[in-house]
Parts: sequence; C-alpha cells; structure tokens
Amino acid sequence: MSSNVPTISLRGLTKEFGETTAVDGIDLEIRQGEFFSMLGPSGSGKTTVLRLIAGFESPTSGTVELEGTDVTARAPFDRDVNTVFQDYALFPHMSLIDNVAYGLRVRGVPKRERRDRAAAALDRVQLGSFLGRRPSQLSGGQRQRVALARALVVEPRVLLLDEPLGALDLKLRQQMQVELKELQRSLGITFIFVTHDQEEALTMSDRIGVFNAGRLVQVGSAKEIYDRPNGEFVANFVGTSNIFPAAVGSSLYGRAEAFSVRPERLRLAHPGGAGRDGTTAIRGTVSALVYLGHATQVRVAISDGTTAVVLVHPAALAEEDVTPGREVAVEWRTSDVVWLPPTG
Amino acid sequence: MKLSRSAKTILGVITGLILLFIYLPLLLVVVNSFNADRTFGWPPRSFTLEWWGRAVASEGVRDALATSVQVAVISTIISLILGTLLALALQRYSFFGRDVINLLVILPIALPGIVTGIALNNLFTTVLGVPLSLWTVIVAHATFCMVTVFNNAIARLRRVNGSLEEASADLGAGVFTTFVLVTLPQLRSALLAGGLLAFALSFDEIIVTTFTIGAGQQTLPVWILSNLFRPNQAPVVNVVAVILIVVSIVPIWLAQRLSSDSVAGTGAPGIGRGKIKKAKVSSAP
Repeated sequence: MSSNVPTISLRGLTKEFGETTAVDGIDLEIRQGEFFSMLGPSGSGKTTVLRLIAGFESPTSGTVELEGTDVTARAPFDRDVNTVFQDYALFPHMSLIDNVAYGLRVRGVPKRERRDRAAAALDRVQLGSFLGRRPSQLSGGQRQRVALARALVVEPRVLLLDEPLGALDLKLRQQMQVELKELQRSLGITFIFVTHDQEEALTMSDRIGVFNAGRLVQVGSAKEIYDRPNGEFVANFVGTSNIFPAAVGSSLYGRAEAFSVRPERLRLAHPGGAGRDGTTAIRGTVSALVYLGHATQVRVAISDGTTAVVLVHPAALAEEDVTPGREVAVEWRTSDVVWLPPTG
Repeated sequence: MKLSRSAKTILGVITGLILLFIYLPLLLVVVNSFNADRTFGWPPRSFTLEWWGRAVASEGVRDALATSVQVAVISTIISLILGTLLALALQRYSFFGRDVINLLVILPIALPGIVTGIALNNLFTTVLGVPLSLWTVIVAHATFCMVTVFNNAIARLRRVNGSLEEASADLGAGVFTTFVLVTLPQLRSALLAGGLLAFALSFDEIIVTTFTIGAGQQTLPVWILSNLFRPNQAPVVNVVAVILIVVSIVPIWLAQRLSSDSVAGTGAPGIGRGKIKKAKVSSAP
C-alpha cells in the first residue's frame, strides 16, 4: 500500500551556516527498502543532508518528509529514523547491553523485555558474549557493530549511516561492507549511507547520489553512475577517467565537447595498424608505467598535451613490450565514449 | 630535553627550598597547637592536648565551625546548580552575547575580595534593604565559588563527545532524559572536583565574609581574626587554624585526584567530525 510513497522525500532542502551554503536546494526521493549512498568529497554537503534527515539540524528552507509526513519541524527523538555515527558515539559509562537497550529504555519498554531484545540484537552482530563489557574494551570493528545493534534494536524505518566504516582498516572495511549489505537485505529497511569512498558506494548501493558543493549532481544506479557520468565532476570523482578536451572531440568526431573514456576501455595498438570499424585511435608517446599488481597503468602523452591512462592486464603487456618513449596508438570503441556536456 | 646532573641537583634544591618555605610555617602552626608552652617557646619543651580540649569545649569555636560548614555546603550546592547550567548553555548552544557572558562569569574569581565585599555590602544594605545574615554570606560566596564548578564542567563538556547527546536524542530520549542519563554521568567527577574546590574556597574565605555577615555571627576565619590578639586565646587560635588547614587541603587533594582519574576513565574518542581517524583499540582500564 505504502510502496508508492517514498520513504524519504526531500524538497528544495537548503542549509546555510552563516555565509556558507552547505546544502543547496536538494530534491530527492528514496524508496522503501533501498540501499542509497550519498557520495561526495568532504564538504560537499552529504553529511549535512544526513543530519537534516535525522533532525540534528533544521533546514534554512525546504522540507523533509518521512513516508509522506512532513517531519521538518520535529525533534530527532520524534522521528522514526536512527543514526550510526561516524565515531559510533557509544555511551562510555554504560555496558554494551545497556548501550543497546538505551533506545528501548527511554521508550519505557519493561526491563526484562529490553534486556532480551538488546541481547538478541548483540547476538545478531556476533557480540552476544560481550554483554557486560564497556565500549572502551572493544576494537573499532566491534564498536561499529554495537552502534549498529543499538540503532537497529528500536526497529527504525530508515537507518542513517555517517561514514561508519571510515575508521576501520581495509580488510575489516571490506568485511563490514558485505555484512552491512546482508543485514540490509535481510531486514528490508531503508539504509542511507554517507561515504566519500566511491568504491564502497559502487559495491553496496542500489542507487547512488553524487554530491558536489552542496548540490546533488547525479542520481542513479552504480552502473549508470560509473558508465554514464553526466559531467566532468562525476566522471572524475567516481573511478578514474580519461577526459579529452573539446578540441580533441571536434577533431575526432566533429563535436566540440569534452568526452571521457574509462582507462579499462582503452587499448594499446601499433601506431600503423589501428583504425578498424567502430573504433577510434589516437597516437601518442608512452611517458610512464605504473605497476598496480593486478594491472599496469600506461600513461600515454597525446600530441595536444593531454595524458591518456590505459589500464593494461599483465598478460597483454608482456606481448606489447611497452617502454617509455615508444610511439603507440591508443584505441577505443566509439560506443565507450561518454560525452560530457559543459555544466552551466 | 636532557638536563645535566648538576642542573638537576640545583633545580631540585631550589624546588625543595620553595616548598619548605611554603609548608614549614604551616607545620609550625600544627606543632604549636600541641606546644605546652603558652608563649610558644621554640623548640617546644613538652606537648599537650589541652588546647585541643579547650577548642572542642569552646562554644564559640563549635558555633563558628558549624556556621562555616553550613555556609560552605549551601553555597557549594548553589554553585553546582548554576555552574553546571551555565557551562551547558555556553558550551552546547550558541547565542548572542555568549562570549561576553563567559567572561562575566569567570571575572568574580579575579576581583579583589575587598571590592566584591564592599560592593555586595552596599547592594544588600542600601539598595535591596536586606539585613546582613548568613544568607547574604552564602550568596556572596556563591558568586565566586560558581566559577570553579563552571570551569570544571565546561572543560569536561569540551572533551565529551557532543554526538553522545545526539545519539541519545536519536534513540528517542527527550532533553531532560538525555541530561540525566548521558550528560550528567559524563560530568560527575568534574562536578565533584569543582564542588570540592568551591567548598574549600568558601570554607576559608574571610574578606568578603566580613563585609556581608550579620552582627554577632562568625565563620571560623572570622572567629580567628577576632580572637587573634587576645593573649589567652592564642593557643586555641592555633588549633582552629589547624582545623582550617585540614578542611581546606583535603577537598583540594581529593579534587585533584578526581580530575586526573577521570581523564583516563571516560575513554571518549575525539570530537566527532574529523574525516581521517585511526581506529583506536583502547586497552582495558
């Protein structure tokens, strides 16, 4: 019944801090049960949007709707959303079970029931044997799980996560990414996940909103965002891109716009033998090789001064015998070109 | 920086001399309170508990002690309430005139006692028309005792992670519940330390007290002042002075222990908005 009503609906959301506009007229709808990531560099306004949804800040203008109800004027404790904080914000003077039971306690759930539910929630995040410990006795990953259990035990409609994996090391982060995604799928509630890590956003999200300078630049699935960036900012911020200026565009295709091609879509070819149907080739000189382990980045200086980065797999590179200073052709399928119209 | 052996020795000797200079006179008072010689001949030839017995038996001393405790306790309670509220307001909210209020709150501790005393005396007697009593002393003491509570509370609030309170609100707690269940437990040891300092400050205060106290009433320091030049009271004055020393030093010693313990105890990670943070694995306390 409520599936047509978006879980979260932001309309013209704007937040100014003195002279600076942190969030600039955001319109966004997030669906029930969606894993939605807000991706952007530091200071792009994504965390402020999260805090506006949670109710920690009130907007300068615009509205926040939760399942069709305007909650803009409501206090945080009066909204059916919960937050996992970047620094976890666990209560240092309480044991784990008291931390997790806190939301139930302030709602007046009887002691017995809240202990059982909190214990079950800690069990679900594999901390069932640590009930009496203090947060200071835990590792970063364990604190992360407690924060998750504490927010989920009150069964919110929406879970807001503010860069929750930022403080963890790479291995743990990847493990938590999988666990979070599993958890979200099994609970079926809406997750709004703030991150500046594009890889994290790409692997976990149903949809991604890319933020820059307080605005929402592009919203779409991971594939749409990666394969069809709508401008130079998204092309550069999400993954790495080769951006060719408008001059190259007009000489190759007769279209005076910048375009981008992903490094893994480029191939190296012999300078004379290129030019098959449906492909475009451009000549240049190898300027550097960067060994990445799973592949090698070959940097090719094009005559007009831009550098094309080609991602070459180890097997392919052995045959080519590529060395700096060598003349090569860089080739790509014309269908892999993404045009980047200038943004007004 | 590494110090040479001789530099260490010289600095050690200087430090020792300074501490000796501060504490030897106090020790002298303590020893003299047991000195059997009524004119305090030095070195003491014999010791007695007579002066302590007389002090305990003296109604004036007992009354003054009770008065001092009463004044110190009540002004400490007032300081705790007002100091905590002020610290919360100034640290957690921003409003017009915040910095000015911050300065105005701290200033009374720097004002000369005689100025505070005269000013409050004028206010009470001529402007407000309130008769001087213990309550005027209590109010006067609270004006500067509040500062120690305020300073301790605000220093702690700066360290306590503000997102704890947001987390509490996020989980459904109202403003008051958040204060009782989250903020107050974080402040507890800081308030205890601030309260003990306030108590010590009030207990041995004399200048402001003499200007604001009612006729015929005496706190312990006022009792000393009025009995200092009566020759046959001199031994008892020493005893009272020892009581003052103990009651003032113990709270300060406790307060210092409390504030140093609590730094390790809270284990709150740094204030929350930084982008790059290392995963910190704290060891068990």
